[in-house]
Amino acid sequence: MNNKLSVRTVVAIGIGAALFFVCGRFVAIPSPVPNTNISIQYGVLAFMAAVFGPIAGALIGLIGHALIDASYGWGIWWSWVIASAVFGCLMGFGTRKMTLADGVCGKKEIIRFNLTQLVCHVLCWGVCAPVLDIIIYNEPVEKLFAQGLVAGIGNAVTTAIIGSLLCVAYAKARPQKGSLAKED
Amino acid sequence: MINIFNYIDRPSPIHRLTGATKLVCLLLWSFASMVTYDTRILALMPVAALILFGVSQIKFRDIKAVFWVTFVFMVLNNVMVYVFAPEHGVSIYGTRTVLLTIAGPYTVTAEQLFYHLNLILKYFASIPVLLLFVCTTDPSEFAASLSRIGVSYRVSYSVALALRYIPDIQRAYHDISQSQQARGVEMSKKESLVKRLKAASAILIPLILSSMDRIEVISNAMELRGFGKGKTRTWYRARAFRAADVVCMALCAALLVLAVTDTLVRGTRYYNPFI
Amino acid sequence: MKQPVIELKNFTWQYNAQKEPTLHDLTLTIREGEKVLICGPSGCGKSTLAHCLNGLIPFSYHGEMRGSLHILGRETSELSLFDVSKMVGTVLQDADGQFVGLTVAEDIAFALENDNVPQSELFRRVDAAAEQVNILSHLDHAPNELSGGQKQRVSLAGVMVDNVPILLFDEPLANLDPAAGKQAIELIDDIKRQTKTTVIIIEHRLEDVLHRDVDRVILMQDGRIVADTTPDELLASDLLRAQGIREPLYVTALKHAGVALRPDMGLHNIKALRLDDGQKAAVRRWFRETPPAPEPPEAPALLDARHIRFAYDNGFEALRDVSVTVRKGEMMAIVGRNGAGKSTFSKVVCGFETQQEGTLAFDGRDLTELSIKERADHIGFCLQNPNQMISKVQIFDEVALGLVARGVGEAEQKERVEHALDICGLRPFRHWPVSALSFGQKKRVTIASILALDPEMIILDEPTAGQDFRHYTEIMEFLRELNERGVTVVMITHDMHLMLEYCRRAVVFADGEKIADASPADILTDPDVVARASLRETSLYELAVLCGVDDPRAFVQRFIDHDREVRER
Repeated sequence: MNNKLSVRTVVAIGIGAALFFVCGRFVAIPSPVPNTNISIQYGVLAFMAAVFGPIAGALIGLIGHALIDASYGWGIWWSWVIASAVFGCLMGFGTRKMTLADGVCGKKEIIRFNLTQLVCHVLCWGVCAPVLDIIIYNEPVEKLFAQGLVAGIGNAVTTAIIGSLLCVAYAKARPQKGSLAKED
Repeated sequence: MINIFNYIDRPSPIHRLTGATKLVCLLLWSFASMVTYDTRILALMPVAALILFGVSQIKFRDIKAVFWVTFVFMVLNNVMVYVFAPEHGVSIYGTRTVLLTIAGPYTVTAEQLFYHLNLILKYFASIPVLLLFVCTTDPSEFAASLSRIGVSYRVSYSVALALRYIPDIQRAYHDISQSQQARGVEMSKKESLVKRLKAASAILIPLILSSMDRIEVISNAMELRGFGKGKTRTWYRARAFRAADVVCMALCAALLVLAVTDTLVRGTRYYNPFI
Repeated sequence: MKQPVIELKNFTWQYNAQKEPTLHDLTLTIREGEKVLICGPSGCGKSTLAHCLNGLIPFSYHGEMRGSLHILGRETSELSLFDVSKMVGTVLQDADGQFVGLTVAEDIAFALENDNVPQSELFRRVDAAAEQVNILSHLDHAPNELSGGQKQRVSLAGVMVDNVPILLFDEPLANLDPAAGKQAIELIDDIKRQTKTTVIIIEHRLEDVLHRDVDRVILMQDGRIVADTTPDELLASDLLRAQGIREPLYVTALKHAGVALRPDMGLHNIKALRLDDGQKAAVRRWFRETPPAPEPPEAPALLDARHIRFAYDNGFEALRDVSVTVRKGEMMAIVGRNGAGKSTFSKVVCGFETQQEGTLAFDGRDLTELSIKERADHIGFCLQNPNQMISKVQIFDEVALGLVARGVGEAEQKERVEHALDICGLRPFRHWPVSALSFGQKKRVTIASILALDPEMIILDEPTAGQDFRHYTEIMEFLRELNERGVTVVMITHDMHLMLEYCRRAVVFADGEKIADASPADILTDPDVVARASLRETSLYELAVLCGVDDPRAFVQRFIDHDREVRER
């Protein structure tokens, strides 16, 4: 990959970050834990990374998450912002072989997508985010790993459902070859 | 349309600084607040931030809502830290001065309280400057600023595009959500978690598929107007640095240098009043 | 003779993904300073031709090209997209897609920024371009603070700022209300005259484009040019009807009156039209001899909204004391410019927003108590863009969505879905994925998904936006059939033809108030209402005046009724 992004990737990053932002900021799905909403934006991020690749994935996570934090005003939580970027990037690498844009999305692709997202979530919320938090804030290890675990499980579940549905819907919406016959 | 980023246009010296300056200052300041745990420096930073707020003519009522959200978040976080590790302060500062015993492992030590004070100061050292940045920087100038500090113009423009299309996507989300609700799609607590997520996807799928079409249209439009042609581009909203900009960046750089040298010279990030 | 600026010779283009070429063997010359209209039905290849002219083909879309295309004497395939974009400036149909800046000024500057033009020069050139399209006072505005017409003017300034010799407009009227469309055509014409630019307009709304003169019309069909002639010649021929393009209403009226059309009558514009006394008498005779249509009996009220007031959280008062009655079995329109309150009104009716004052009754029952979901059992709401409503891969599942959510049993689900698909003519496709359907068919899927809930009334937001005449007719005839089955149909629109041709009554909103509630003919002949609602007076009225008809308003009504009757036969 050279360092020159195509115009389409630039636009995908912009629109992807806007989608990540809107989903993270305005889509409220109540979770079983009081006062906590489920973050569905990671399903969107995983999907966008699978379509547009690792660089787009990383930047969508970085920009989208930073914008969410900035709009709440509680400070940009760099450790978690970076973890989002890492997630997008790893997701993009892990799904390189998927060709959703050609309309290919069968069982094999869905399994690949979900295995990748599971590994990526474990790495990001189980390792990347807590370690950065320890370095920056030196908060207790137990608390950080507990937080990471909860976030990781939640994000993996939403990604599994929303991300997979998006992949299938997108692949099906791409121009298909082959013929369809009308029925009476 | 809600002003999501809360930019408030007032005639103040802070507003007159270029966006690039404020971005550099924000980054230097944030790094400084991340590096150090020295109580003296951490105490100095909120005071300085408060003065800056005065200069910027941003009033407390402008940021009241955000302030309380942050405040609750901070309290919750402190409670969680205490619940998970009531002896964290002891392990950092190396002494144990028990003030009060609650129950089981939960005692209150002077070290733990001091650690919480530092944690709170750390929030107050970093959050106000971000708020200040958001309130005083025109979103229009932001992309030009990123490009100015060395980020590639393509990535900078991605950020501009995100800011440009957030309101449009928000409106589309709103419309889709209403029409799906009318058809009976529900995301309330009455449904199971998996059902709620499936309901969410009934809104997200049309939103994201129509956004994919939009990506196509916008990239065509941008290519037709020569985006990506050269190695560089100019920015309508860019502004030249003036003396005040240089001074501000130098002061913030000095702050970071202070934080780093303090840590290196003393060999620790912490200021320890217990020994 | 002027220099040719665009020359196609035996030009053929085939997309990689397609079996057949989209453009076949085109030969066409456009000369410096000409103003050319390219028209044709959807799928005729006019958009593909536009892509060829602005360089997206072959640089962004891939396929096979034969023959030659010269722009300003240079073969495009040997240039780059950027070279072509320096010669041809494109104003796209989707003004929101083209508006990439955060403010008006930044967007106009975009092309220059990419060219590394120094900032001092940016300011000067942006101001000059903004002045030319009359948007200078809005330089700091964000796109969501502008109307559709203003956004389009920004797009135009954004390409003019680069001093391009050729301007290409891709369906400039598609997203504008009638008054804004008229202004756009006037602006394009003024700019062409001042700057000597060559102008190419791609559009299927012939009468609206011909509001200002064009030099030539190129008519396309199935990727081929079927006519390349003057507007007068084209209108005197029968080609338009054969290609599914709507002819100007006054031309249709003349044909109804039995007037033989000739190219030398000044047919291209109602203001240029010259009729002799015999022809005028023929029009008057037609008016006298056509019987007025009987008034339909007044049905009882289905929806009764009284004194509705609604203000958004930010204090903006979107509806002020609005009372509207929709009668059972009616097909009516709600018209008005953007932001006039027509969409807000439908949102209040559907329960998406709650009014601060006023009452809503449906079939005698108070609606206020019902939730969004409960109201949807009686009133269906259909968004403008079907892609914003479809969330399932399979058509059957999409139509069943509302039933599943309501816990309807499987057997009944199947029955109701199949019934809805039957009504919408989608039964043969019921096991297809939605993505295999055309835009119009997708629209039907969304309507079917609403009909499955068996509502008494449906509200449609701009049901035919962006559609050519053939698809417009297809969608509207379908809605008319639906209406004949007893479903009450309310359409939010700014399409005057839709209102004239399919509605017996229209309600007009302006600035949050109802300003008229009358027949479309009455509305379109009332200059005050026309101006406040951003509509256009119909050329039929001018024709009636020209021919000395004593009651022009009745003439318009008579024409509509007669035309509807002809169509329904």
